[in-house]
Amino acid sequence: MKIVVLIKQVPDTAEERRLDPGTGRVDRQANDPVIDEITERALELALSVKDKDKSTEVAVLAMGPEETSKAIRKALSMGADSGIHILDPALAGADITLTAAALAAALKGAQADLIIAGNESTDGRAGIVPAMVAEHLGLPLLGALASAAIGAGTVSGERLNDAGTQRVSAPLPAMLTVTESFEEARFPNFKGIMGAKRKPVTTLSASGLGIATEPLSTVIDLEQRPPRTAGRKIIDEGDAAAQLVDFLVTQRLI
Amino acid sequence: MFDLTEDQLAIVHMVAGFAAENIAPHAIEWDQNHHFPVDVLAQAGELGMGGIYVREESGGSGMSRLDAALIFEELAKADPTIAAYISIHNMVAWMIDKFGNDEQRTTWLPGLCSMETLASYALTEPGVGSDAAALSTRAVLDGDHYVLNGTKQFISGAGSSGVYVVMARTADTGSAGISAFIVPDGTQGLSFGALERKMGWNAQPTRQVVFENMRIPAANRLGEEGSGFGIAMKGLNGGRVNIGACSLGGGQAALDKSVAYLKERSAFGAPLIGQQALLFQIADMQTELEAARTMVWRAADALERSTKDTVRLCAMAKLVATDAGFNAANTALQLHGGYGYLSEYGIEKIVRDLRVHQILEGSNEIMRLIIGRIAVDG
Repeated sequence: MKIVVLIKQVPDTAEERRLDPGTGRVDRQANDPVIDEITERALELALSVKDKDKSTEVAVLAMGPEETSKAIRKALSMGADSGIHILDPALAGADITLTAAALAAALKGAQADLIIAGNESTDGRAGIVPAMVAEHLGLPLLGALASAAIGAGTVSGERLNDAGTQRVSAPLPAMLTVTESFEEARFPNFKGIMGAKRKPVTTLSASGLGIATEPLSTVIDLEQRPPRTAGRKIIDEGDAAAQLVDFLVTQRLI
Repeated sequence: MFDLTEDQLAIVHMVAGFAAENIAPHAIEWDQNHHFPVDVLAQAGELGMGGIYVREESGGSGMSRLDAALIFEELAKADPTIAAYISIHNMVAWMIDKFGNDEQRTTWLPGLCSMETLASYALTEPGVGSDAAALSTRAVLDGDHYVLNGTKQFISGAGSSGVYVVMARTADTGSAGISAFIVPDGTQGLSFGALERKMGWNAQPTRQVVFENMRIPAANRLGEEGSGFGIAMKGLNGGRVNIGACSLGGGQAALDKSVAYLKERSAFGAPLIGQQALLFQIADMQTELEAARTMVWRAADALERSTKDTVRLCAMAKLVATDAGFNAANTALQLHGGYGYLSEYGIEKIVRDLRVHQILEGSNEIMRLIIGRIAVDG
């Protein structure tokens, strides 16, 4: 089986992240670049399949600037077999439609039985790219799973939502996205770290993929997040419980 | 020379992450409960920390002595005791790889590299420490077996380890009459003393190892008869660099905690970090640690390339790094005031743990003896 994992390099969430007011894009200098934790969990799922069946081939696919090669290298050190890097200055600032088109174009040549991604990234948080990729490729999407069982010809899993639990399954080839219910990623071992640079990484440009580079959306304006303000205080005059319940209901917290 | 490679940065990053997640949060508790975390050691083994500089073809990680020093420093930032034990384990695994035969490597190294089997090193005796060539544990050849009698003192991991590399006397010819043996746990005639009660290093067991008419196959001799003292000394060169690296990690952690504390703690209406006298202490700690780190890296490089000044550089690295580490920890305790004396803050533990680094792997007086003799006699 061949599994391709979509990984994304994002600013480390441990520190304050910011957008560049001039370009409307993520300020990549402001934080350490790391592999998005959710896509690390996606990779962990793929590697757990490989642990059980050594013939499994795991490739990672990422789109991003030059430094994204570090995220790919880290994934290779953790145990992925190969990497695909969509690298093209013309794609800087790509929106979700363009990103999905580029990823799908790269996946067309990858002949994956299964594509695994995170349900949403910690920076963009649109949560729509995997669905768009699946649409481009005409693949069934098992989105936002809480658990997954990957078989030889099918993939199945469970998804939790407000109403209950959905059991979903699809024949391969298919695409699935993981949530934070999945296992945390493993540490790379020393052999993995030392061997990562000997593993193949293919670099693809927009023209090589045969895709346009014009985003369909533009950022009109952006504002700094306002500083946090004090919350509302409920003073108990006999109806505090009712007010509290009202508050929770209007915020859809219960 | 002084810039780490991309691989080394990735290694440091991984070890720091592993130690921060699996060791640091438990270090104080392990110290207080005298708990030896063999499960965490096995996890470290899975990542390649059981045979860091054991050759790849022997099942090790095949990395350099500098890589090892970087790894031990990172581990020691979380817990000097665990880092130091892993360094001793690595020294033993390296001895078997370096001086053993194919059969010994095949038998022992897979378990040691994965740390499913732990190793101890038995040189010191109750009456013989610095003058190791005077050791009295005896090994007598009897057919195709050796019969060992004697007692080893201060043995890290004793009682928990699966493998002991033991130095014993096979002839009354001083250092030339010492041979090395691989002794598996469970051998009849092998027993252990009570758990020693110590100032620090509480997360690893220290016991006497006792041999009473213990018979082991002659095939368990490591290297030739009479080569044991050379093996012991070569092992200790690396042991000294490693323990120096452990002191750097402990000292650096104490320094980092001190900087954070001085920024946060106010007295006389301002943060303590604004007091120049205290800032100068931070500067001295940082400078001494950095100087020692440079020395440790240089010694590790000499060891890797087997240069002719390896012995003196390893001795110097051990001397300056264990002194710098202890001094940084002790200064950190003072900078923390009363809180430094409380177990909860973790500083007093680092002081207690690093104190023994000035004593073991050859005391710092012996380091001066080695350095002085080479300086005088060349």
